[in-house]
Amino acid sequence: MNREAVEDFFYHEAALLDAWDLDGWMDLLCDDARYLVPPNDVPDGDPDNTLFIIADDIDRIRGRVKRLKSRDAHAEFPRSRTRRLITNVRILAHDDAELTVTANFSVHRFRRGGKGGEYVGRYIYTLRIEGGAFRIAERRAILDAEELGGLSAVSFIL
Amino acid sequence: MDESGEIRHSAVMKKNPYIIDNPGGNDFRLNRETLVDPEILVAERDRVFDQCWIYAGHESEVPKPGDFQTRDVGGRPVILTRDGDNNVRLFLNTCRHRGAKVCREREGNTKRFYCFYHGWSYRNDGALVAVPGDDAYPDTFDRSKLGLKDVPRFENYRGFWFASFNPDVEDLEPYLAGATEYIDLVVEQSADGNMEIVSGVQEYDIGANWKLLVENSFDDYHLHSTHSTWLEYMKDSGVNIKVPKGLLLPKKGIGRDLGNGHAVIDNYNFRGRPVATWISIYGEEAKPAVEAAKAELVERLGEERAERVANTNRNLFVFPNLMINDGSSVTVRAFWPEAADRMKVTAWALGPVGESAVMRKVRLDSFLTFYGPGGLATPDDVEALEQVQAGLTSTVKEVPWSVMTRGIAKDGEQLNSDELHLRTFWRRWNTMMTGEAAATETGDTAEAAEAAE
Repeated sequence: MNREAVEDFFYHEAALLDAWDLDGWMDLLCDDARYLVPPNDVPDGDPDNTLFIIADDIDRIRGRVKRLKSRDAHAEFPRSRTRRLITNVRILAHDDAELTVTANFSVHRFRRGGKGGEYVGRYIYTLRIEGGAFRIAERRAILDAEELGGLSAVSFIL
Repeated sequence: MDESGEIRHSAVMKKNPYIIDNPGGNDFRLNRETLVDPEILVAERDRVFDQCWIYAGHESEVPKPGDFQTRDVGGRPVILTRDGDNNVRLFLNTCRHRGAKVCREREGNTKRFYCFYHGWSYRNDGALVAVPGDDAYPDTFDRSKLGLKDVPRFENYRGFWFASFNPDVEDLEPYLAGATEYIDLVVEQSADGNMEIVSGVQEYDIGANWKLLVENSFDDYHLHSTHSTWLEYMKDSGVNIKVPKGLLLPKKGIGRDLGNGHAVIDNYNFRGRPVATWISIYGEEAKPAVEAAKAELVERLGEERAERVANTNRNLFVFPNLMINDGSSVTVRAFWPEAADRMKVTAWALGPVGESAVMRKVRLDSFLTFYGPGGLATPDDVEALEQVQAGLTSTVKEVPWSVMTRGIAKDGEQLNSDELHLRTFWRRWNTMMTGEAAATETGDTAEAAEAAE
């Protein structure tokens, strides 16, 4: 498993999310996956003792996706248009079963009426190798902004 | 107010009144200009925010001497710190020399605040202790009069510190009026009465007038339509969300006027509460800890009081811009207008000092299910407020009034889904802005609410 394979996986995931194929995205997750967005002031914090923006276990990821597929997820209806640019991919550690990978992201979000913004930061993924393919055990999206500010919400999958 | 302020304000006053308040005629209307007009915001800064007590921070944020936090309070940059004598202080973050901020870090611990511009430095009790090249100053230069400036008034109630920029404001405790009862209920969760702000702050903007967040933060009328996806999530997690006849929420709750513009919705719990009611999303491993927390409350407070502390959800509004929501977790949320159509929101989680790791985890997890910019509910509130602002801003001429009469014809108690508590806020706001006395409605008095309990 080399960097190119990881990049291909990230580009595939980004394409699914930008297309709002949330069921397709769920298929990339392990059964015990976690999705984390730490608070801007404690980017390396632990969700067990720090108030995060998002700290989902797999059950809440499923609940979040179910919600986002509804017309009643008002913050995402009509859905935001997003475009994800993912770069600077580096494998930080790996063994036969698991990799720790980081990448930079710039996620552009657009809503009708000019609202939206640029979510800039870095990912830290734990990827597991299951049946010869990557599965996401944990994805942590760390925002660089000092505060969320005008971005207002992380209402889509960042 | 200065002369130009008076002129501005009288210009505002030539328009329609801010509210039409006639409870006897079952009428309460809000002038939408109050949510739009920048001149009204200018008047609010002077007549509301600079007259009241404004939440500044919690004692737990500066636990040790020298600890500090910087933030804006009442529109001013301030340093919240604990000085060498263990006193919690709130200084205006501006050098007495030329005005630069003397502290630019978010938080930390220091003995001195240092202005990098010309090198003046101040001890953490505010005293000016170093002035480079002070031999150039005349004899009249008096260091003792040039310390960091304290805010005019700074007092606390049970660890919650408030500032006022009005030197003549009444003391904090009488100002808080009936709100103290509800702060007590929050603090009594803790065995030794010590609560703390948890690490991690949520700071986000909403493109809406600040008063819309006052309304939204304890408006249970919107729960079903705005938060149906959250209710669905709770239902999927095994929570009974069936609504009995006559109610809009699964359990009964009432709105109360607490005096001085403060108000509350006081609800029987229908969802999980980390201090009392385990639900499956907390996980099996948390069940003993939640049950032990409840047992500790019963042991300490007795069955009845423990039930009150543990099994009611209370969204407390402290006039003019603080919400303490004690529900699925404890949220402390303050907000500040940047413009008539934009506010900055700061939200913290509060928990008992020394609670177990399992309980802390459940508390934070429970917070995030509903609240915050990534929660399953708050983003929809943000969207709602921004849609309100977008909807009414340019239509004020054609659609000048909002209708806010839910519950107004009732005798006695009003429900959390009525609007007594919203009218309570608007009446106080109107009185501060105009000097007009506020109307009272039948269900309005604390006696009526108590009799109904």
